[in-house]
Amino acid sequence: MNIHEYQAKELLDKFGVANTAGGVASTAEEAERVARSLGTNNLVVKAQVHAGGRGKGTFSNGFQGGVHLCKTASRARDIAESMLGQTLITHQTGAEGRVVHKVLISRSVEIARELYFAILIDRAISAPVIVASTEGGVEIETVAEKTPERIVRMPIDPLLGLQPYQTRKLAKLLGMPSGEMRLACKLFANLYKLFIACDCSMVEVNPLVVTKGGEVLALDAKFNFDDNALFRHPEILAYRDIGEEDPREVEASKFNLSYIGLDGNIACLVNGAGLAMATMDIIKFHGGEPANFLDVGGGATEQQVTEAFKILISDKRVKAILVNIFGGIMKCDVIAQGIINAVKAVNLPVPLVVRLEGTNVEAGRKLLGDSNLPLITALDIDDAARKVVAAVEAR
Amino acid sequence: MAILVDKNTKLLVQGITGKAGGFHARSCMEYGTNLVAGVTPARGGELFDEKIPVFDTVLEARRETGCNVSMIFVPAEFAADSILEAVDAGIELVICITEGIPVLDMMRVKAGMAGSGSRLIGPNCPGIITPGECKIGIMPGYIHKPGKVGVVSRSGTLTYEAVWQLSSRGHGQSTCVGIGGDPINGTSHLDVVQMFNDDPGTEAIIMIGEIGGTAEEEAAEWIGKNCKKPVAAFIAGSTAPPGRRMGHAGAIVSGGKGTAASKVAALEAAGIEVAATPADMADALLRRIARG
Repeated sequence: MNIHEYQAKELLDKFGVANTAGGVASTAEEAERVARSLGTNNLVVKAQVHAGGRGKGTFSNGFQGGVHLCKTASRARDIAESMLGQTLITHQTGAEGRVVHKVLISRSVEIARELYFAILIDRAISAPVIVASTEGGVEIETVAEKTPERIVRMPIDPLLGLQPYQTRKLAKLLGMPSGEMRLACKLFANLYKLFIACDCSMVEVNPLVVTKGGEVLALDAKFNFDDNALFRHPEILAYRDIGEEDPREVEASKFNLSYIGLDGNIACLVNGAGLAMATMDIIKFHGGEPANFLDVGGGATEQQVTEAFKILISDKRVKAILVNIFGGIMKCDVIAQGIINAVKAVNLPVPLVVRLEGTNVEAGRKLLGDSNLPLITALDIDDAARKVVAAVEAR
Repeated sequence: MAILVDKNTKLLVQGITGKAGGFHARSCMEYGTNLVAGVTPARGGELFDEKIPVFDTVLEARRETGCNVSMIFVPAEFAADSILEAVDAGIELVICITEGIPVLDMMRVKAGMAGSGSRLIGPNCPGIITPGECKIGIMPGYIHKPGKVGVVSRSGTLTYEAVWQLSSRGHGQSTCVGIGGDPINGTSHLDVVQMFNDDPGTEAIIMIGEIGGTAEEEAAEWIGKNCKKPVAAFIAGSTAPPGRRMGHAGAIVSGGKGTAASKVAALEAAGIEVAATPADMADALLRRIARG
């Protein structure tokens, strides 16, 4: 799950992680009020969308750039006016762009040094690790490639947590002078508290800055949360903005379906995440392009299968559908009945290739055979992929 | 011969009175697994299906029945605690089927288990089967056949796919181990490959991986240097978009790490035959064996 920059700022504030003062606004008037309350003439106004590349984006009204520096509250108001309600297109949003409903107004700071600081789970050691660098403001992958010696990695004991001496060691490794050390250590410690308390899988502060005034601030923070832990974080779930998500994924999430929208035209309905990925791979191998990842899981009901199928059918880019089921906990007859119900309710506008194997396969095949649906049956996963690609090419 | 479980295994099911736990406990019994006990707190004294005693705690179940392996079907928010309870009671092998356990919970469990005599398989896995002897998990028993190919995988349904390909070509399996799709798990590909390498009943190995992490690369490096037996592999997720979690919590390419391409390169460098598609897994192993 992703969150907005202003929400990230709320989390930083809540855990005492120093960052630039600011506030969010939904109207131009509100933007002016927030700007005035900051009591500075060094301001920055930022469009709030999940996509990156905002600075170089273009709005539907022709306004250039989703991030602007300004000197007065009335200028902040004008900038907000040009952004709010408009669609912002960046290299990450695709041509459809994202509608800007909120802007963040904050104090802009004079930067003396930019650093990089992240906490993530290192799978290889099953523990959190801090990754930090004196090279901030650029992508860490680039630093890793060009100057790997400037990256510090510090594993944290999962049971002890981040110890104060480790924050001091880290501050020194990042070249912090004694005068900035306390502020840096406090920021590291509070960020680690946030990471654990919110069940993050990653927190990335880039850049972490030292200002000319000697402050140590988290200038931009990105969060990844562990989806498996969201059940115990209603406060983070409340940050969800479905306007930022693929509408197909929003619909699928209502029925607890694991669905990810892609750009191709062959829809797939599969049980099991590994098999679902492998089905996408084999479609591509035979020259097709998958329209989605969909794992209906092991315990899906007939109704969930029906809803999943409806999402696939309603996707305008879909030119054919592949159902690939290897029943374990999932029973083939449940899948078959779900498909039959969906097709009865909404008709079948595109070719459907079905491959069933595993638990109750005979019952499933019989249901589909007796239904007289115009489907193409496949013997195995390879046969299924070839047939669905051929069906698209024939249209 | 086989690894981890066989006809002498005495199984406990934690969460036996739940819908999923009960259903799969029954299906394991039908396969011939020696199910001796169940645990559900505050339900001690009941009988599951009128014959299997239910206990309040794992420790009581262990003392009363001598169970040595546990299968966990407890809901995700309580599963970490159930694993630790089984470890505390001295259960040798803990197989956690539960999906959706928070990563930080698993991190603490793994740290807490260090130095104990127990091994954890999973979580978020289909379980383990030694065909013809013992099934502990949610896999369809009938597709398996006793034989000499060891299978280890992060994915349940892809394991079934590989097993089905092997069985329908006349090749049975020694043991099939699902290690699960989570970023932190109890047993790695490498752990299982080492067990297969030492098992006289296993003559060849299929290893199934997917995008995310570096566990396949670590196993590949060891195999290249040490493995005496032919190995074939498949990696799922070559078409997955970066930064998206593909169903399994662990299946994510982040920061350019854990791509299918880097895994395939590591596997091939170790002399492992990599299946071009998921339909090619058994044939890839046969090619590897023919290569000698």
